[in-house]
Amino acid sequence: MDIYIKNAHLLDPVTGVDTRGGLLIKNGVITSIGPLPEGEKEIEVWDVNGALVVPGLMDMHIHLREPGREDEETITTGSDAAAAGGFTAVACMPNTEPSIDSAEVVEYIRKRAEGHLVDVYVIGAATSERKGELIAPIGELVEAGAVAFSDDGVAIKTAKILRRVMEYAKMYDKPVIEHCEDETLAGGAMHEGITSTKLGLPGIPSIAEELTVSRDIMMAEMTGARVHIAHISTAKAVQLVREGKAKGIKVTAEVAPHHFTLTDEAVTTYDTNAKMNPPLRTGKDVEAMIAGLKDGTIDVIATDHAPHSPEEKEMEFEYAPNGILGLETAIGFTCTELLHKGHLTPADVVMKMAVNPRKILNLKVPAIRTGEEANLTIFNPELEWKVDVKKFRSKSRNSPFDGFTLRGKSLGVINKNQLFQNDA
Amino acid sequence: MALSIKHLLGLDGVSREDIQEILDTAVTFREVIERPIKKVPTLQGKTVVNLFYENSTRTRISFELAERRLSADSLNFSVSTSSVTKGESFKDTVRNIEAMKVDMIVVRHASAGVPQYLTRISGSKIINAGDGTHEHPTQGLLDMYSIREKLGHLEGVRVCIVGDISHSRVALSNIYGLTTMGAKVSVCGPATMIPPFIKELGVDVYYNIDDAIQANDVLNVLRIQLERKAREYFPSIREYQKFYGIDTQRLEKNKKDVLILHPGPINRGVELSAEVADGEHQVILDQVTNGVAVRMAVLFLLGTQN
Repeated sequence: MDIYIKNAHLLDPVTGVDTRGGLLIKNGVITSIGPLPEGEKEIEVWDVNGALVVPGLMDMHIHLREPGREDEETITTGSDAAAAGGFTAVACMPNTEPSIDSAEVVEYIRKRAEGHLVDVYVIGAATSERKGELIAPIGELVEAGAVAFSDDGVAIKTAKILRRVMEYAKMYDKPVIEHCEDETLAGGAMHEGITSTKLGLPGIPSIAEELTVSRDIMMAEMTGARVHIAHISTAKAVQLVREGKAKGIKVTAEVAPHHFTLTDEAVTTYDTNAKMNPPLRTGKDVEAMIAGLKDGTIDVIATDHAPHSPEEKEMEFEYAPNGILGLETAIGFTCTELLHKGHLTPADVVMKMAVNPRKILNLKVPAIRTGEEANLTIFNPELEWKVDVKKFRSKSRNSPFDGFTLRGKSLGVINKNQLFQNDA
Repeated sequence: MALSIKHLLGLDGVSREDIQEILDTAVTFREVIERPIKKVPTLQGKTVVNLFYENSTRTRISFELAERRLSADSLNFSVSTSSVTKGESFKDTVRNIEAMKVDMIVVRHASAGVPQYLTRISGSKIINAGDGTHEHPTQGLLDMYSIREKLGHLEGVRVCIVGDISHSRVALSNIYGLTTMGAKVSVCGPATMIPPFIKELGVDVYYNIDDAIQANDVLNVLRIQLERKAREYFPSIREYQKFYGIDTQRLEKNKKDVLILHPGPINRGVELSAEVADGEHQVILDQVTNGVAVRMAVLFLLGTQN
C-alpha cells in the first residue's frame, strides 16, 4: 500500500512529533514526513483536512465472543468494528465457550485473526474454565501468545488462587487483569443507590468493587506482580489505585467510556442496553473517573465491548445479560466528554488509547517516525455525527447510545500494509 | 374527570388529582359491590388479560372479580417462572396475546420494570399488579382508600410501614402514593431490611417498633418471608417476633389507638398476633373488599379512556 496523507496534524507524544503536514507511506512503511517528495506524483493522495494522525489506537478490553457465540460477534466482525472505530489493535477477553484456558484456543484465535488489519491480542484465563479453582496453564498460554491473564466477568475467586496466579504471571512479566467484584456482595442488576431503590431493582453496591480492588492491590504489593484494574467505576476505587501508585505498587487501571459519560439514571426506563457490569454509577463517580484520567491514576481508556444478541437483550431487565458495545463509539465519547470539555489534550488521548495499553501488555508501541511500519489512526476530533447502531460493523446492536450526537470520529486506520477508510 | 396517566405502572409520579379521582371513583364501586346484583355494564365488550408470571391467587382473584363486575371479558394467562428461561420469550408471549385483540393487560411479574417494558412492546393499556420489588400500585391505592375510609382524610396522617421494606413492592407504592396525598410516611424494621437510601425518598426510619407505634396513626404491617432464602436478613423468626411483632400487650403498653393494615397473607404469631389480626384496630378484611372496588375504579377509568 502506497499513500500520501496530506493536511494532517501528526501527533506522537512518544517521539515528540507534533506538526502539521504530510506523511508518505510506501509498502506499509513511513518513508518520509513532510511535503510530498518530487518524483512521487503518481501516488494516491488522501487529504484529511487537518485531522489528527496518531499511533494506532488499541482497545485492551473487548469481547470477541468467538469461539462459542458467533451469533453475537466473530473475530472478523469484531476486528471490522475495531477498524471502523479507529483501532489498529485489540485484546480479547477469555470468557468464550470454551474459555481461553488452553494453548489450542489461543492459537485458534490468533490463526482466525491472521491477515486482518487489526492486531488481535489474546488475554488468557487466569484459572481453568475461569472457575477460580485451578491456575490456568499460564506458561503454555504465554508460549502460544497470551499477553495477560484474567477471569474477566468475575474476579479471581479466592485470595489463595489470586496469590498463585500473580506469583506465576510475574515470572513471565504478564499483568493480571482483574474484574473487581466481590460476588458475595454483588449479584444485583444495577448500582445500589437511590435510583435502584426507586426502581425496585436489586443493587450492586460500590463496596463490592472497592473491596476487591483493595485486595488485589495489596496482593500485588505482596507478590510484586503487576495488576491491572479493568473497567474501574467507583470514586473510592480510583482513590485506592491512586494510593497504590503513590506507594510504588505495580497497579494500573482502565475506564470505559460509558463510566465517564453516563450515570445510573440511564436505567430509569429499564432499558437493558444500560445494563452492564460494573454498573453505571453516580455523578460523583463520573467526576472521579475524569479526575483519575486527568491526574494519571487511570492509565487507559478501554471499552469493554460486549456484544449481545437482540433476543438476549430484549427481555425483562433483571434477566438480561450485562454489557454494551463500545468499539465504534469510543473515539466519539472520548472527544466529546474529555477532549472538548478540556479534561484531556490530544496527546493525553493518544497516551491512554495507544501507548499505555501496549506498555501494560509489553507490546511494541507504534511510532510516527521515518522507517517505521505505518500503524496509524486518523481521526477528526471536530467531526459531528449521529450514532446509528444499524450502521455498526459489529454483529450486535446493544448500544444505549443510538441517536446520540458525538463530536469526534475516526476517518480510517492503517496497519500491516493495509488501509481502512470510513465512509465520509 | 379523565386521568392524565395512560397506564397504571406505579404510583411514582402519579398526580394528586389522578389518585383522588381513582379513590373517589372507587367509592361508587364500593357501593355497587354491596348491591344484590354486583355488576355494571361499563366495560362490556372490552377484553382484559390477567398476565401472571408469578403466583398470586389473591391479587388475581381480586382483579378477576373487578373485571367481571364491570362486565369485561377477562381471561387468565399464567406462566410459571421456571419455564421462562427455556420457553417462549416474554415479548413473544405478549405479541401472541395481543394478536388475539385484547384491550388491557394486568401484569404480575417477578422482575421489576416489566410493566414499563410492556408499554414499549404492546399497544394495550397496562396495569401493574406487582413487579418484582418495585411497585404494586393497586395495593397502594387500596391501602390509601382504607385509611381514608376510617380516618376521613389522608392529609397529615402519619403512616408507618413495618417489616421487610427492601423486598417489598407494597412499601414503595405506599410511600409514593401517600406522600403525594400529603401523608407523612415512615418505615420500621431491622436495618437489614431497610434500603440504605430510603431516607432520600423523604421517609423517616425507625428501628424500634415502640417508637414507631408512638409516632404514627397507621401501621401498615408487611408479611415477613419465612423461606430459607429470606433468612439471611434476620436471625430467627423468634427474634423478629420479639422485636417487631405486634401484639395486644405492645399496643396497650404504648396506649395508642393505631389503625392496622396488612396486605395479606398474614403470618399469625409472627408480624401480627392472632388477637391483633382479628382485633378492633385492624381493617384487614376491609382492605380486601376495598381492593375490588379500587381495581374496578382503575379498570374503568383507564378502560374508558380514548
